[in-house]
Amino acid sequence: MSVQITSPRFKDNARHALDDAPLQAALSKVGPGFIGRRTAARDLLPEFDALRDSARDIKNHTLAHLDLYLERFEAKVKEAGGHVHFAVDAAEAREIVTRICRDRGAKTVTKGKSMVSEEIGLNDHLVACGIEPVETDLGEYLIQIRGEAPSHIIAPAIHLNKDQVEADFRRVHTHLPPERNLTEPTALLAEARGELRAKFLAADVGITGANFLVAETGTSIIVTNEGNGDLTQTLPGTHIVLASLEKLVPTLEDVSQLLRVLARSATGQEMSVYTTFSTGPRRPQDLDGPGEYHVVILDNGRSAMLAGQLREMLRCIRCGACMNHCPVYHAVGGHAYGWVYPGPMGAVLTPSLIGIEKGANLPNASTFCGRCEEVCPVRIPLPKLMRHWREKEFERHLTPAPVRYGLGIWSFVARRGWLYRPATDLAMRLLAMAGRAKGRFASLPLAGGWTKVRDFPAPQGGTFQAQWKARKSGRAS
Amino acid sequence: MSSRDTVLASVRRALGVSGQEAPRRQEVADRIAGHPRGIIPARADLPHAEQIELFKRMVVGAAGSIDHLADPSEVPGAVAAYLRARNLPLSVLRGQDARLADLPWSSEPTLDVWIGPSDGKQLAGLSHAFAGVAESGTAIMVSGPDNPSTLNLLPDHHLILVRARDVVGTYEEAWDRLRAAYGPGTMPRTVNWITGPSRSADIEQTLLLGAHGPRSLHILLVGGV
Ligand code: SF4
Repeated sequence: MSVQITSPRFKDNARHALDDAPLQAALSKVGPGFIGRRTAARDLLPEFDALRDSARDIKNHTLAHLDLYLERFEAKVKEAGGHVHFAVDAAEAREIVTRICRDRGAKTVTKGKSMVSEEIGLNDHLVACGIEPVETDLGEYLIQIRGEAPSHIIAPAIHLNKDQVEADFRRVHTHLPPERNLTEPTALLAEARGELRAKFLAADVGITGANFLVAETGTSIIVTNEGNGDLTQTLPGTHIVLASLEKLVPTLEDVSQLLRVLARSATGQEMSVYTTFSTGPRRPQDLDGPGEYHVVILDNGRSAMLAGQLREMLRCIRCGACMNHCPVYHAVGGHAYGWVYPGPMGAVLTPSLIGIEKGANLPNASTFCGRCEEVCPVRIPLPKLMRHWREKEFERHLTPAPVRYGLGIWSFVARRGWLYRPATDLAMRLLAMAGRAKGRFASLPLAGGWTKVRDFPAPQGGTFQAQWKARKSGRAS
Repeated sequence: MSSRDTVLASVRRALGVSGQEAPRRQEVADRIAGHPRGIIPARADLPHAEQIELFKRMVVGAAGSIDHLADPSEVPGAVAAYLRARNLPLSVLRGQDARLADLPWSSEPTLDVWIGPSDGKQLAGLSHAFAGVAESGTAIMVSGPDNPSTLNLLPDHHLILVRARDVVGTYEEAWDRLRAAYGPGTMPRTVNWITGPSRSADIEQTLLLGAHGPRSLHILLVGGV
């Protein structure tokens, strides 16, 4: 994949996405599938919301003591015979990984799904160094052979349909008989399994991400359904874990709390199929497992987030629920966000990691409906944090001039009640009259940017202030 | 300054701490020593016989299958029957675990039993679980020569022996047993939690079994009938 950042072109990206029929067909399945499964899983566990509070508190406690948990984790990994490397930024992380690969004369590396790997653009770098990276998560494999970025953090190829997958397999797996039947998804899966099995067994190094790092024991944890990350960290001689520093949790009990909300929020499963806990390299008596174990801990702008409101974003456990429930994501998909993290979590995280100059458009990619916060398993106030970025954007004069002037006029009028009330009242009556027939506007002067892709509801009553006044005087309207 | 020190210093700067504050250090030490449990789902708070029933239901709910056997001596026969029912060669790979070695394999003379880690060529593997967790139907496997981790992942069919007395209600109870076996703060190289057979929904969100790991997972629950 490439980490070329197109976030500044969010609006163009979004427009193209809306005109892309196959993409729209794929996106139409995101909501119904994920939302229903999560709701069903939540309803089966009466303690679900209490566990979300517990998950939030564990993450808050860990972040407040992060320096000490990092030290403890490092000491325990060393004690188990492993190595810990700290990387200040993406370039340093790439360098550490390629150095380990080169020192071992690695020709191919298998990879479990890792968003940090996407963030640091590891694959392109490995290729440039003459090392072949092989993505082994089916979705990641699909986008790798297409040269694309993931469009979802847990379902990277959710934007594709099976005909596209078949065409790609025929294009890439040219050593297989061309007359083979690939119409059924099971045939596609079987082919991928066969192709990747050989790669798993041949790889010199296995690189995985980490869902969690446990300070108590010096353990890295991955969660998968396919078993690909688990093979990646079991078969090659060297296992490298790529993790950002907020993946720390204190104890095995703490991670069990988080695991109870992760799968339910992500895929609606009671538990993912494989949860694999790795601690150090293989032991003297072991007959399998890697001889070397390295953990690369990446900062890349995260430590600075600890200082303010954005610390809350570091609770994120990458479940994907916020994008699964996001009307903007449903409309434009993940690629429009222009970098590796899409949806509401990406709208908050991306500006933190690549800078508000490049990510300024993303916090606006929201209807502020609040569904992301409602479903977030670690209760991140995503709308509040998006608003935080909008304010920053405004302060830094990154907002387009017409918006700034418009808001200037609005604030002048709004601060003068004698002007605001009649002005809004008049606007309201005009709008209500004009939109009476359908109850919504398909186009509206001065609001073309809004109405091109979605309707604007016609006002249904008086202004807020008028309604408020009526309520206060006891005449509920 | 090393990158390690740079990262730690910048974490401390953002938190407004030096890292030397005694109360903070104490809080971290206490949490690790005490490992508090948090919220425990009530669903597995049951008498042991009912926990076993819950375990069986959850295994099936995760698309696994299960045989409940009264006695370990029935395991070789159950393995052979599983393979026959699926038209598989009568051959199974297992680790050195004495609890598996002691089974009466000679009662199934046509069944080939191999010992060692998997190189991906075997269709069926048999492992002994460390524990079973009722709340989600999860088998907990620990690495080592007794039960090499490759057996959990490479064979098409993974059979796991779970003793009824090793079935616990929750993950936390399993951690207590692991700490008792390995010592606090110490882990075997790999602990695999396995909940059902391998699967993927990456093609059009259609759930398909048998992605990279075993296509089917079969639990042999022994005892406590
Ligand atoms: S922000 Fe919350 S809902 Fe979104 S991916 Fe992170 S943890 Fe999940």
